[in-house]
Amino acid sequence: MTEALNVTALTRESQWKRRFLQPMLRQRSAMVGLAIIALYILAAVFAPWLATHDPTAQDLMASLQGPSAAHWLGTDSYGQDLYSRLLYGAQLALIIGFASVAIGLVVGVAIGLAAGLMGGRTEWVLMRIVDGLLAFPELILAMAFMAVLGLGTENVVYALALSFVGPFARMTRGDVLQVKNQPYIEAARLMGLTTAAIIWRHVLPNVVSPILVQAGMRVSIAILLESGLSFLGIGVVPPTPDWGLMIAEGRAFITMAPWISGVPGVALAILLVALNLLGDGLRDAFDPTTQKDA
Amino acid sequence: MFQAVSAKLAQTLLVLLIVSVASFTFLKLAPGDPVSIMLGSDYSKTSYEQLTHELGLDQPVIFQYGNWLADFVRGDWGTSYITNQNIFELAVLQALPVTLTLAGFSLLIALVIGIPTGVLAALYRNSWIDVLATTLAIGGNAFPSFYLGIILIWVFGVDLGWFPVLGFVAPWEDFWRGLWHLALPAITLGAWYVGLIARITRSSLLEVLGQPYILAAKARGEPAWRVVWVHGMRNVLMPLVTVIGLQLGGMLRGAVMTEVVFALPGLGMMVTTAVLNREYIVVQAGIMITGLLFVAVNLAVDQTYQFLDPRLRRR
Repeated sequence: MTEALNVTALTRESQWKRRFLQPMLRQRSAMVGLAIIALYILAAVFAPWLATHDPTAQDLMASLQGPSAAHWLGTDSYGQDLYSRLLYGAQLALIIGFASVAIGLVVGVAIGLAAGLMGGRTEWVLMRIVDGLLAFPELILAMAFMAVLGLGTENVVYALALSFVGPFARMTRGDVLQVKNQPYIEAARLMGLTTAAIIWRHVLPNVVSPILVQAGMRVSIAILLESGLSFLGIGVVPPTPDWGLMIAEGRAFITMAPWISGVPGVALAILLVALNLLGDGLRDAFDPTTQKDA
Repeated sequence: MFQAVSAKLAQTLLVLLIVSVASFTFLKLAPGDPVSIMLGSDYSKTSYEQLTHELGLDQPVIFQYGNWLADFVRGDWGTSYITNQNIFELAVLQALPVTLTLAGFSLLIALVIGIPTGVLAALYRNSWIDVLATTLAIGGNAFPSFYLGIILIWVFGVDLGWFPVLGFVAPWEDFWRGLWHLALPAITLGAWYVGLIARITRSSLLEVLGQPYILAAKARGEPAWRVVWVHGMRNVLMPLVTVIGLQLGGMLRGAVMTEVVFALPGLGMMVTTAVLNREYIVVQAGIMITGLLFVAVNLAVDQTYQFLDPRLRRR
């Protein structure tokens, strides 16, 4: 009994290695991206220990200072420590990025599954709602949701999540329609499995990898949109340590104190490049049709 | 032929209908009661009921939607209660041309730089120019446009003083001054596209150059430039147009940021200000226009395919 279980565990592991790990490790630039992201995650997790100041503590006597021993990356116009704000900003960006994509994914996949499996009128109605969401660019959609929901960190997550539902739903439905009529689904049905079991064991595993690739690439868009919304003043509210807000704040002092927007700006750019590298790598590893030629 | 066109038309109409329902729903979801906002702080119950009746808000929602759509189609979009401006004029006659000019100019810059870079990268694969193109593609695509804009303002606007940093001069009124004002914003927005265009050009051209008809052209003794630019590039245009069309969302995203950084009075600026002022009716106009723009571009991309690829034309 235990032996049999071990055998399945073993094959599952080696399959995982062959299908996921090995092609992934071959993507060198994706690994570089992953390493950078890991650094950001470490910085975010250990922010309370790494920070030298309270990220929202203002010290007007020490405003607009360049990098020094007391303030490693300088201070902004309120005298807030940029190094500490940078660390907490990483926390916020990653949390908003991953949370919004996760919520958008769960809702989108649920809608896509429902539409693809039920068909008929349900499918028509659901897909028209999805069409409505997809008829607008993400940022405009997120801005509209922010207008309805109001400002604040939590609402940024919801607004972004809602603007991601459309792509996930359409993708899932497309994949489900392809999988639905495969003989093994018919076989599972004939074996008397419940619909829930069929979805969970036989439909989802076959549609999951393109969806996860899509999710990986969405995280960078989510972080870009989040900081963009905050930059525009319709996202996270001050004094929350947010990179978009920090860039907006430093804009007025760009000639006197370029580090104020430079610190969060460069941090954001590096994170986005790393996420893109990883996203491209994931896509290439999973999808043989976009395999690089060189 | 007729069937295909009418099917396409019906599909587009359905999407337009959905766009309008979505925009209308947005206004219904917006917080606050429009009647009490319009009346101000002090009003009687009768004047409240009267205005509600005048605005048609006492009717069933489906009738409200009908009225709203009729007004919208007629160009009667109401007035902004902050600037007292006609919203149709503000959005369509003032903001939209600014955004379209910015987008068009950025796309032009991106194509002029991106296509040759992509071609060179494909011809000299794995050389320094290929590495440069790839770096450009990844960096340009990921770099947040609002921060790039700030850097450009700092370096070229303030420090070197070569370009004006803020404001918009319409190129159709004063062409050269308009271009001069648009240079930094268009580079900011175009940078995002350059890498993408270079990358697609490179990979598509590499694929095309392996085709038998390229070998045939070479065998006929056609000069190398003709093989690449005439036989090769012609077949790269399709994927290029697809990508440009697909990335319109990214373009509009960048345009909103760029407009705010450079204080250009375009759609992005309009929607941002309206969200901050809680002027939902203006936000709605912005949503509706971008939705229509999206539909129009998708339709245009579809039509370009037939134009670019004779194989798709119906005989």
